[in-house]
Amino acid sequence: MDITFLLNGETVELADVDPTATLLDWLREDRGLTGTKEGCNEGDCGACTIMVTDEDGAKALNSCILFLPQLHGKAVRTVEGASGPNGEAHPVQQAMVDLHGSQCGFCTPGFVMSMVAGHATGATDHDTQLAGNLCRCTGYAPIIRAAQAAEDQPVPVWVKDKPVASPSSPPMLPTSSDALATVYADHPEATLVAGATDVGLWVTKQLRDLDPVIFLNRCDDLKQITITDRELRFGAMVDMNRMGDALVDLHPSYAEMIRRYASVQVRHAATVGGNIANGSPIGDNPPALIALDATLHLRRGDTRRQLPLEEFFLDYGKQDRVPGEFVEAVSFPRQADRLKCYKLSKRFDQDISAVCGCFNITVSDGTVTQARIAFGGMAGIPKRATHVETAIIGKPWTHATVKAALPRFAEDFAPLTDMRASATYRLETAQALLERYFHEDQGDVTNVLEVTA
Amino acid sequence: MSVTKPLPHDAAPLHVSGTARYVDDIPTPKGTLYLAFGLSPIAKGKITAMDLSAVKTADGVAMVMTAEDLPFANDVSPSIHDEPLLSDGTVNYIGQPVFVVAATSHLAARKAARLGKIDYAEETPILTIEDALAADSRFEDGPRIYAKGDADAAIASAAHVIEGSFELGGQEHFYLEGQAALAVPNEGADMLVHSSTQHPTEIQHKVADALGVPMHAVRVETRRMGGGFGGKESQGNALAVACAIVARATGKACKMRYDRDDDMIITGKRHAFRISYRAGFDDHGHIQGVSFLHHAICGWAQDLSLPVADRAMLHSDNAYLLPNARIESHRLKTNTQSATAYRGFGGPQGMVGVERMMDHAAHTLRIDPVELRRRNYYEPAHAVAEQPPEEKPLGRPDPHEDLTSRGAVDTAHAPVRPLPAGGNTTPYGMEVSDFELHGMTQALLESSDYAKRKAAIDKWNAENAVVKKGISFSPVKFGISFTLTHLNQAGALVHVYQDGSVHLNHGGTEMGQGLFQKVAQVAASRFGIPLEMVKITATDTAKVPNTSATAASSGSDLNGMAVKAACDTIRDRMADYLAERHQADPASVIFTDGHVEVGEERYTFAEAAALAYQGRISLSATGFYKTPKIEWDRIKGRGRPFFYFAYGASITEVAVDTLTGENRILRTDILHDAGASLNPALDIGQVEGGYVQGAGWLTTEELVWDGKGNLRTHAPSTYKIPACSDRPDIFNVALWHGENREDTIYRSKAVGEPPFMLGISAWLALSNAVAACGDRYPALDAPATAEQVWHGIQKMKGDI
Repeated sequence: MDITFLLNGETVELADVDPTATLLDWLREDRGLTGTKEGCNEGDCGACTIMVTDEDGAKALNSCILFLPQLHGKAVRTVEGASGPNGEAHPVQQAMVDLHGSQCGFCTPGFVMSMVAGHATGATDHDTQLAGNLCRCTGYAPIIRAAQAAEDQPVPVWVKDKPVASPSSPPMLPTSSDALATVYADHPEATLVAGATDVGLWVTKQLRDLDPVIFLNRCDDLKQITITDRELRFGAMVDMNRMGDALVDLHPSYAEMIRRYASVQVRHAATVGGNIANGSPIGDNPPALIALDATLHLRRGDTRRQLPLEEFFLDYGKQDRVPGEFVEAVSFPRQADRLKCYKLSKRFDQDISAVCGCFNITVSDGTVTQARIAFGGMAGIPKRATHVETAIIGKPWTHATVKAALPRFAEDFAPLTDMRASATYRLETAQALLERYFHEDQGDVTNVLEVTA
Repeated sequence: MSVTKPLPHDAAPLHVSGTARYVDDIPTPKGTLYLAFGLSPIAKGKITAMDLSAVKTADGVAMVMTAEDLPFANDVSPSIHDEPLLSDGTVNYIGQPVFVVAATSHLAARKAARLGKIDYAEETPILTIEDALAADSRFEDGPRIYAKGDADAAIASAAHVIEGSFELGGQEHFYLEGQAALAVPNEGADMLVHSSTQHPTEIQHKVADALGVPMHAVRVETRRMGGGFGGKESQGNALAVACAIVARATGKACKMRYDRDDDMIITGKRHAFRISYRAGFDDHGHIQGVSFLHHAICGWAQDLSLPVADRAMLHSDNAYLLPNARIESHRLKTNTQSATAYRGFGGPQGMVGVERMMDHAAHTLRIDPVELRRRNYYEPAHAVAEQPPEEKPLGRPDPHEDLTSRGAVDTAHAPVRPLPAGGNTTPYGMEVSDFELHGMTQALLESSDYAKRKAAIDKWNAENAVVKKGISFSPVKFGISFTLTHLNQAGALVHVYQDGSVHLNHGGTEMGQGLFQKVAQVAASRFGIPLEMVKITATDTAKVPNTSATAASSGSDLNGMAVKAACDTIRDRMADYLAERHQADPASVIFTDGHVEVGEERYTFAEAAALAYQGRISLSATGFYKTPKIEWDRIKGRGRPFFYFAYGASITEVAVDTLTGENRILRTDILHDAGASLNPALDIGQVEGGYVQGAGWLTTEELVWDGKGNLRTHAPSTYKIPACSDRPDIFNVALWHGENREDTIYRSKAVGEPPFMLGISAWLALSNAVAACGDRYPALDAPATAEQVWHGIQKMKGDI
């Protein structure tokens, strides 16, 4: 595959790239740009963070799980390009020095690039912007001070990249869903790569050789978000940051759950289609979408079909998708917001859910009229709590009703014990989350993230 | 003077621009080979057959080695030679290196390493404390016991007895830079090794043994580590030795770095402990006697487990004068990673033991936990220094003070505690003569507005059913010195060039703590020159030999003094020469402001250096330092293992969701004693970072092994160190203004490890919040993950 992109302002043209060569390895081993570090090689530490600018603007991404073909037509900036052409420090670099934001310095280039990207977009929610960068030395306080100190400094001209003007695209980098449908029908054995936040690990950790690979990131029509009076529809390639932004006003609890979903870097890459299609029992979107009564739109060649999202998940690792078929979009009805999404994990930010419970309970005149409750982490697939729903629908919306419904969770779920949580904790806290929903609905303080000293 | 200035880390401009070079960033010679280990998939057994043909024929593979192919010592142990580089036929944990493969790329080596076909006769592994006790699987013959007085008798006759037991998990270092080494064969039998290590001399020693050459044939260089935290004290041996052996065999440079998952699966971690305690108190909360039982899980090889477990015992008193104490320590051998050094080196475990006991006692005796602690503190330093202890009101503030209005604890005072017969001594017989915590505690209670906030928290808890708050205080008294006394030495090499620039080298390593900057500040101060004139250079076994690990918080204490000695030697020679030239008294020659003043004459330092050179004066010197006053018998548990103590105190406030156990730190206030700080900015950095790391250990950082001995949390996706938003919302950190009562470098104190234990207050605060759910003592295990906190709440509610 032949690709073109900008690296720190200079055009790079590569011929016959290995489709699963990572940007990180290429930077360090082929280009000798060793400022970008490998900390975990799975997108969880942020030491390899670089900035990519495309039509959507500047964004931080993890270079360890970013395949070279994904960069075609884009502009990449590494820590070596954060400083100016004459070695001038970027404001975040200077602030990091002045305010003691580095100790061992190994995570620092990644922090700097997250900060450069955040600074370029005017973001000031630093805890969220830096949730994907781990530091073991500083305790983060001086890094946040540095990010704050740089807020009002102008964005240096040298980091204002522009993507490469519409280069031609190789066949395995289709630029529309039609082109994708065609090439995938021709290569139904191919691995589809949306954001590579999961497939990346097949390569870096399982050391799998993938061939052929079809990259979806240039299919602009799959990135559309359509919001009407009747429906919200998200193209499969809508990344999680855009998805979160779109939901802030309509379903704020879902948006907040997405804020805690992985990290800024991972959310820039991760897509809603990928999160559904990979069938993980611990993906965070499916339970929320199922609670919203979502419909999944699939396509194979010119054939399209749709089904309720919960029916897509057949069994652990098994989805209702035939070879050559791909996720085109997911949609759900426009509705009054009654959705609460609760994500339980060992750490608030950038952690995979032990339990993700999503509740959409409609109450009218003190009576539960509708309930859609779905969970991740409680079964081999994302799954509805139908017994619980049945137990509360038509009942008065009282604590007694909630209490009476709690035992029904055991009829819906028999969770497993693993390194994230025990089966007991999962089952018991799933129940507790229904209680939380009730308490929150009554106006009680239930969220430790909203409590201050 | 450069010392005391809050200067940035010397390498900060390199860090932020990506130009700071770590081992994996060093340009490699053409033809460099990359190494990976093939790992044991079982926890215990014997190799019955090994077929490595697929490894040998894999893409890019140049060489495969097993134990039989090693030319000399098959040993990477830092202690008793029980740790082969490659399995000698038995395997002892999942992740043990069995063979090593060298290939043309890192990826090729990793891929090939997975192709080994090895048959094992599997045996039942020893994975738990129960397994180990049942099999009497341990290091050392039996338990080690340190004692003072008669603890059992004192407890038996005490008015109140507190008893408990809890689990205290280990901790992955999670240095951001994984283990790495690069060996470059030089002419003859010489070998240059770049290693990400806290202990270059150990690397040199193990590589020399493995190559069958004297130590002079091996040179180890360490410019910096991307974090160490103890995890690079001994765990880098295997990589460096493997690289050197293959480099010798092939004539090619060899590099090895662990992928993160391999790093976490192969290398040792902090020791997990079970700690049981029994303590007797009088009606006023004065400890009469205490007995601790430690079970330390040491893993499969001894490594540094004995001194780690010793240090846990040595910190079982923490800040408290225990009239009668007994500490019994079992060092259990298990089929898991060999537990190793980790910031605090056992001290944190011992300290958590006594803090847990105090917390439990305060709850049971219904005494404010801060007050109970203060009643049992060691005597203040001035009391010991200035007057006989019996004349001094003991262990508590002035009773006439209105504590409430000043934000301190409002509680009735106990009668004066009689000083025990043993005096103000630790359970191992060391006099505590520098105790700072009375004043520090009072100052922190006031600055943090503790009493008022505690009342506000009580009110919050009365009004809120779901989210409860908690607040706790914990003190730190941490002993400074290696307990292996001979390690308390350091060397330095200083050159002054004829242009007045200074080349600085010492035996300490830079892992982010700012050691190089602090020591450079010392050198600049000795010569009275600007810091820019001092060049900091990589640690190099050819420049300073026989170094100790940069560990035990000793880096600036030892190397700062050694550098001072070297600088002063040169300075004295310059002063003598210039004095003679000007017919002045050498003592009247002054080095200040980048100048040297001799009588009426004022030279720039560069001019002075040039004159001295022309006068044929040696401008190069070594410096050496050994810590005075220490002597220690670890078998008897008697002596003075520590030169002095470093102190700290913290108060943490948390919020807990009682439905799910989810929790968060809301505010932390810290007062820490760095003596007369060499660099307050760097020291505060150690305190902030240490606290967060300590709090992480006791909250979210959970290591999980399955029933076969597989570590299930071997990547950041499953092992959760604190992230950005986990630091306290409000984070007030201040240094205690004092100076070391012992004669350390500019009267500063060591600051690497002590602040780690300030994180204990976070764990106690969670316990305090859980206590709001019922009447019992919460008795949390550690780490207090959301699930563990939830479990504690269920117990409080009587649901379990």
